Amino acid sequence: MTDQAPKSFSQIKHVILILSGKGGVGKSSVTTQMALTLASQGHKVGVLDIDLTGPSVPRFFGMEGKSIFQSERGWLPVVAYSDANQNALLKIMSLGFLLNDRGSSVVWRGPKKTSMIKQFVQDVVWGELDYLLIDTPPGTSDEHIAIAEELRFARTDGAVLVTTPQDISTADVKKEINFCKKANIKILGIIENMSGFVCPHCSECTNIFSKGGGLKLSETHEIDFLGAVPIDPSFVDMIEGQTEASQPLVTLYRASALHSIFSSIVEDLQTKDLTSGC
Amino acid sequence: MAAEVSNSKILQPDYQLNEPEPEHCPGPESEKAGQGDACVGCANKDICESLPKGPDPDIELITENLSQIGHKILVLSGKGGVGKSTFTSMLAWALSADEDLQVGAMDLDICGPSLPQMLGCAEESIHESGAGWSPVYVADNLAAISIQFMLPEDDSAVIWRGSKKNALIKRFLKDVDWDRLDYLVVDTPPGTSDEHISINKLMKESGLDGALIVTTPQEVALLDVRKEIDFCRKAGIKILGLVENMSGFVCPNCKGESFIFRPTTGGGQALCKELGIPYLGSVPLDPRIGQACDKGDSFLDLYPDSPASIAILNVVEHLRDAVGDAC
Repeated sequence: MTDQAPKSFSQIKHVILILSGKGGVGKSSVTTQMALTLASQGHKVGVLDIDLTGPSVPRFFGMEGKSIFQSERGWLPVVAYSDANQNALLKIMSLGFLLNDRGSSVVWRGPKKTSMIKQFVQDVVWGELDYLLIDTPPGTSDEHIAIAEELRFARTDGAVLVTTPQDISTADVKKEINFCKKANIKILGIIENMSGFVCPHCSECTNIFSKGGGLKLSETHEIDFLGAVPIDPSFVDMIEGQTEASQPLVTLYRASALHSIFSSIVEDLQTKDLTSGC
Repeated sequence: MAAEVSNSKILQPDYQLNEPEPEHCPGPESEKAGQGDACVGCANKDICESLPKGPDPDIELITENLSQIGHKILVLSGKGGVGKSTFTSMLAWALSADEDLQVGAMDLDICGPSLPQMLGCAEESIHESGAGWSPVYVADNLAAISIQFMLPEDDSAVIWRGSKKNALIKRFLKDVDWDRLDYLVVDTPPGTSDEHISINKLMKESGLDGALIVTTPQEVALLDVRKEIDFCRKAGIKILGLVENMSGFVCPNCKGESFIFRPTTGGGQALCKELGIPYLGSVPLDPRIGQACDKGDSFLDLYPDSPASIAILNVVEHLRDAVGDAC
């Protein structure tokens, strides 16, 4: 291993990991919404999905079935959104694009996963990016060790931790906090996802997965609390309702009730002293 | 050229060769590996020579150790956070409610063990005796094993690569002194990787009854669950059935129903129909389930008449039928 940042990262200004010890808390959903918010502000955003056995990112961006093309310089990511001047603002890379059937399982042990992540870090032609968001699988194992090692010299800004409010979830996220400490990854803040559900019939809020667990976790560990995101089934509808003919997700998302929450989360992150920058 | 991952060898070997096997290769795992005529000058010679030969000797010990267990059920899902551990704990509570049954629960989620907290025994630790590791007894007839019982602090991170996880799983199977059990339910982490390959490889000889697949209704979850079903089929694991968790939510205030994780593609039921898998029913979202799990209480005991309890007990009944244990 060389002690230099990978060449593919040379034109990337900020690198942010999205982590959680727990599965199904909304890492991919948070990654997607952060990417949409940043792209909506005109930033160039890349999304790298290193969940190899359960990649969700292609589905979230309505890009299932797209292919990755190999150029002389490396893999070209899928472009999910461009501005009026045809500047690509949203690029995605996921193992989901490399499978010939969406139902195929990827049955890989650690070493194979490690080498795929190495390739994802070194061989993707991102070009110029303001932000690269890295979506991860749950746990603290091969994928996490691999990405931490690959990013050791890449001036990573840090990690955003996602949790749901209940104890069962925060217990696993505590382990992820310890992982970040050991791997020397700065924790930028905690997002509490699935925090309450407002009944569409009577507007009564029910805390389906309890409430306040993320806030409490951030206080105990002296980590910034970035915000609480409620359960909003209309977001799932928006993701699932995407067709070739529909408006771009970036445009649709601006009208979502969650957009203002993520705008403030992203603003919060931007005002932090993000370490990298070329 | 579009890049693609080759699916030809879906169960990857543990080793990596320097070059493709040459013609007349005796096979990297064969008795003659590294010694055949074709091996002379082959770049893989050293790798093949150093590979262990023949079947894993531990499998015999595992089969011996698990020989007094009646039924062995895996709880699987490609997706995280759909309720695998919740369902494993429910299965454990429901089965052990019958005092004549001896039940064991094994937690294979090494990096994010949730089962101990749900069974209310997270503070316990394992004792080592001459007979092996003694599991933690939650009730007279309900024992559990998890890495959580071995951690110095409850929030210690287990930063392990696959090989180390495999070694622990092996010890769980080989060295835990279960005694006689009617049921062993095995909770797994999400995905299709080391833990899943290992448990299948190591338990196959002992006779796995099959797997219960857990999903939530939305397509993003079903997509990963498809992959898990694909894995089961390739690995030869029988699918006992699929249960859809977090299906609908009834507002406690107005009793109006909402679909939080909307089944835009037909949910678990449509997937079962498409893939020809028994559908065992759906369990509605009930905030009290999460609360009971956080506290380590049995939701089934606390709210036996709730729609969720009835649905869960129904699934348990189906499962007992599927493994041929009429009750």
